[in-house]
Amino acid sequence: MANFLQQVVSGLASGAIYGLLGLAIVIINRSTGVINFAQGEMATLSAFLCWTLIDHGWSFWPAFGATLVLSFAGGAALQAVVIRPLQSGPLLGVVILTIGLLIAINGLDTWIWGGAPRQFHGPFSTAPIRVGGVAFSKQDIGTIVVAFVAVALVGLLFTRTRLGLGLRATAVNALESRLVGIRVSTMLAIGWGLAAALGAVAGVMAAPSLFLEPNMMQTVLLYSFAAAVLGGMSSPLGAVVGGLAIGVALNLTGTYVHWIGGELRLATALVLILLVLLFRPQGLFGRAAVRRV
Amino acid sequence: MSLLELREVAARYGEIQALHGVSLSVGDGDFVAILGANGAGKTTTLRAISGLVKTSGDVVYDGSKIVHRTPEGMARRGVAHVPEGRGTFGTLSVLDNLRLGAWVQRGASQRDLAHVFEFFPRLYERRAQQAGTLSGGEQQMLALGRALMAKPRLLLLDEPSLGLAPIIVREIFGVLQQMNESGMTIVVVEQNASIALQRAQHAFVLETGRVVLSGEANDLQRNESVRRSYLGY
Repeated sequence: MANFLQQVVSGLASGAIYGLLGLAIVIINRSTGVINFAQGEMATLSAFLCWTLIDHGWSFWPAFGATLVLSFAGGAALQAVVIRPLQSGPLLGVVILTIGLLIAINGLDTWIWGGAPRQFHGPFSTAPIRVGGVAFSKQDIGTIVVAFVAVALVGLLFTRTRLGLGLRATAVNALESRLVGIRVSTMLAIGWGLAAALGAVAGVMAAPSLFLEPNMMQTVLLYSFAAAVLGGMSSPLGAVVGGLAIGVALNLTGTYVHWIGGELRLATALVLILLVLLFRPQGLFGRAAVRRV
Repeated sequence: MSLLELREVAARYGEIQALHGVSLSVGDGDFVAILGANGAGKTTTLRAISGLVKTSGDVVYDGSKIVHRTPEGMARRGVAHVPEGRGTFGTLSVLDNLRLGAWVQRGASQRDLAHVFEFFPRLYERRAQQAGTLSGGEQQMLALGRALMAKPRLLLLDEPSLGLAPIIVREIFGVLQQMNESGMTIVVVEQNASIALQRAQHAFVLETGRVVLSGEANDLQRNESVRRSYLGY
């Protein structure tokens, strides 16, 4: 039982990271219909930035804060400079461009920091804390808390602020948004900035347990896609819950279903994507827009 | 004093010339109807004003020629454009739709919301509902309510009567008249010429991208060719 609970919490910690990156994917997908394949590499780049700041003597939290700000600015700039010129063209062009970005950022990371895995010392120790005879890792608990705070802040931004209303309106109908006076191009850039900042949280939280190297987030990105698909691709809450569910499911199957073990984890996620798309393409939380004609 | 003036405005969609040089003038505080058959260029005229299509010719608004028009820019200058098909945000709530109307006002005040709910009590009952679940008439009311929230100087309305029951059309034009009486300039594009000519002060008739007739709404109502072509008697 104790082992089971430990596995659940550790699954929630990795699931929180999938959920954060899944949420970033959903935010961009909702606003423009684009799947951003570079989301994982953007997160890795953010983690490298944070590592560099810490390497220059910053302590973790200021470095983390600065990374979030830089990632937001970088994401917004990327949208304005690279994505916007293609925005009026076919969707497929933008999607392929994000694949190009994936390769470019990966190359940039390798060029600057090299391909060797680095140790990233996170803010939380791996020491266990004991609650009623069960040992949880501080790092796992810390990751879950940070992810929860990030998701809650983004949720409040979207539902409680004027900016959030503008972001939602842009996602629903860009033309109508322009007619009520919203600068849609600004909103799209802010959306990319938010996604990049969420990705930065995911990347920095993932780095201590994964080792920092240019390909660090590639597998994570696949789990995040699974999370987003499970949640219904258009549902922010769905992506987060989907991420947590996948984290826990993968951890439990890896622990208790011995023939799956570590090797088939990725395949399990892909089978999950396939099953969801086959039997519930709108995902667990996705809903078809209600419309009376 | 005219609030809006179009001089030889032409527009094309690819190969198709939609407007062949439309000239018209809308006085401050006026209620103007633009009539015409399908494809005459009524919708394009509105789209030209709010910068949704590229045009040649001049658009003069509030005394200055506005060369680079964008929908968001015109909205900030006080132009509210309600496009055909009741422009609402279908998956957002009625209340969020109204708040979005006040975007250029930098936020919706309780007083403005109360004002809209006075005009349209139905919207208050349905304020938490997704806009897409409203009936056609309610959606048109929401579109109007949203425009009201912007406190525009100039309201552009495209086919507000489309697909609505006559009683609702009368209700909507009644509200338009009240809005006009409170000082708002209104330009309405209509296929339903009879109601439009009853409520508007001036009217322009478009045919194949040109203004072919204009004048007082009363005079046009009695005009032989308008009656034959657009009023059906």
